[in-house]
Amino acid sequence: MSFLSYLINGISLGSIYAIIALGYTMVYGIARMLNFAHGDIIMVGGFAIFTMVSTLGMAPMVGIITAVFVCTLLGVTIEFVAYRPLRGASSLAVLITAIGVSYLLQNLALLIFGSNARQFTSVVTISSLKLAGGRLSISGETIVTIAVCIVIMIALTAFINKTRIGQAMLAVSEDKGAAALMGINVNRTIAVTFAIGSALAAVAGALLCSTYPSLTPYTGSMPGIKAFVAAVFGGIGSIPGALLGGIILGVVENLSKAYISSQLSDAIVFSMLIVILLVRPTGILGKKINEKV
Amino acid sequence: MKKLISLGLAAAMAASLTACGSGNASETTAAGTAAASADNKTGDNSGASTFKIGVIGPLTGPAAAYGIAVQNGADLAVKEINEAGGVNGIMFESNAQDDEHDPQKSVNAYNTLKDWGAQAIVGSTTSDPCIAVAAETSNDNMFQITPSGSAVECVAPENVFRVCFADPDQGTASAVYIGEHKLATKVAVIYDSSTTYSSGIREAFVKEAGNQGLEIVADEAFTADNATDFSVQLDKAKDAGAELVFLPIYYQEASVILKQAHDKDFAPIFFGCDGMDGILTVKNFDTSLAEGLMLLTPFSTTEDSSKAFTEAYVAAYGIEPNQFAADSYDAVYAIKAAVEKSGVTADMSYSDICDGLKAAMPQISIDGLTGAGMTWNAAGEPDKAPKAVKIVNGVYEMQ
Repeated sequence: MSFLSYLINGISLGSIYAIIALGYTMVYGIARMLNFAHGDIIMVGGFAIFTMVSTLGMAPMVGIITAVFVCTLLGVTIEFVAYRPLRGASSLAVLITAIGVSYLLQNLALLIFGSNARQFTSVVTISSLKLAGGRLSISGETIVTIAVCIVIMIALTAFINKTRIGQAMLAVSEDKGAAALMGINVNRTIAVTFAIGSALAAVAGALLCSTYPSLTPYTGSMPGIKAFVAAVFGGIGSIPGALLGGIILGVVENLSKAYISSQLSDAIVFSMLIVILLVRPTGILGKKINEKV
Repeated sequence: MKKLISLGLAAAMAASLTACGSGNASETTAAGTAAASADNKTGDNSGASTFKIGVIGPLTGPAAAYGIAVQNGADLAVKEINEAGGVNGIMFESNAQDDEHDPQKSVNAYNTLKDWGAQAIVGSTTSDPCIAVAAETSNDNMFQITPSGSAVECVAPENVFRVCFADPDQGTASAVYIGEHKLATKVAVIYDSSTTYSSGIREAFVKEAGNQGLEIVADEAFTADNATDFSVQLDKAKDAGAELVFLPIYYQEASVILKQAHDKDFAPIFFGCDGMDGILTVKNFDTSLAEGLMLLTPFSTTEDSSKAFTEAYVAAYGIEPNQFAADSYDAVYAIKAAVEKSGVTADMSYSDICDGLKAAMPQISIDGLTGAGMTWNAAGEPDKAPKAVKIVNGVYEMQ
């Protein structure tokens, strides 16, 4: 019974990683860049909700909508100001800029909110589910997280395969130049990708802070790195890969905490990444791209 | 267009630099103003000499509740001593610097205080920064007394003393207390393996638990990078049938543990040490979750001996004092007693003062807030009786 409980908690943690990993993987797939500021957008989402709900006393739903709005705006702005001018630059320059944006966001949050941790009031109101005569208790946050993750995955897959802008994203990810020649507005497509990724970050922020109720300006950085690992794990650029990578990462982390050592869980997670990359350099579901000379 | 964008980028970069730098800038300005006003003060009382006490602690950040309390406690003691006419014609003066619970920043704070002219240090408040500062004060031969740095190594140099109990003593005392009061027999421990404070207490606790007939059914760790998710650790404690969960950790993580345990309908007795003190001050924390929480702390506002201090503290700072305020208040009074005993004067160099105070410390005895008849040994450890409190209706109740 306890195994089941660890497993479910692991899937819930993995679902959060998966939602964050989507932001990394979509941006990488389309713009070929690693947006390291993604983790900090989660933190901004968390603070937006905290300000609306706990400080101003609004309903949780209003808080989430505000956070999605704020994060989307922030993501698009960051893309426009910091990344778009560097589109032709080397990938290293873009990577450094992304790290710079990440520190900018953290320090702005430190300046505005201070470094004192806040206890986050959960936005999930449904109560926990008791199974097997109360021996297995699944919290409301866990249920909502897993459900939201599934809904997002289905909606995103449908969006990419069924809509014009989704098709445009696929085209841009295959070949930017050819897509532009076919009349696709590449800049707009990339901006939409950032908007979607950042909106997902806001949702991830709400779920993350509700499940693990502590909010500081550094809240997003560790989950951000783990989600990046999940994205690489599943094959960066692949949406099902992000889901698979996230869930595996969350489950492995929780089970190694439970059965091996609560101290070594991170070491185990990261060594697994190294092993996977040695065996399959493109990740579990990553496509092997043949370089044409 | 390109130029315009790069101009904008440059502006953004500059803004980010200012954002990063301004924290430090305002700190130095604050320190500068403090130093300037201090100089004025010394100038005004040119007749009486001033003994400068530097205070170090986390005034911002996750452990801010401790640092601010230490600052307030020291300020209050200094004010009282001066109002009573000082010691041997010497007036006291204090200056607190922020270390954000970071060893490196703590050493910076110490250097700032040395520039200010500090002649003795009350600090650092937390263990790891205290160890870093102790190495520096030992090199300089500056007298240091830490109110709450409880790691064993904090008082390793011979110029460093402390007011609180050492980690192993807290761990042992907790096990003895739980055993003697028969609070539980099946005990789980959740500790932070990335801090000396937490692992030190846990080690001594586990060692003593066997002697007290306690069975450790779960011994779980977390690290600073994993300090938000305790579901696995709590599940293991719950499944192992723990009646009491020992939390030798800081209040910030403890507040998250209490919340997650509540969500899991897991309601054992939670038992903490001095790091738990401050749990009622966490922003947006539902304090009803802390009902019944027990902690080993040498100070309670409900004791008769601390009534006068509590009233003065509330009048000055608007909040109830915690153990850290009391520790630091006692630290300043210990310095006062040692100054009296040794006969050092404020015009001596800090190194000479340190030699005098160091020799005087094992000879003094003070009736402090954190223990009556406190004495020190030459190794820097205090001798006093431990006490436990329980949180009832949102306040500490002496057990």
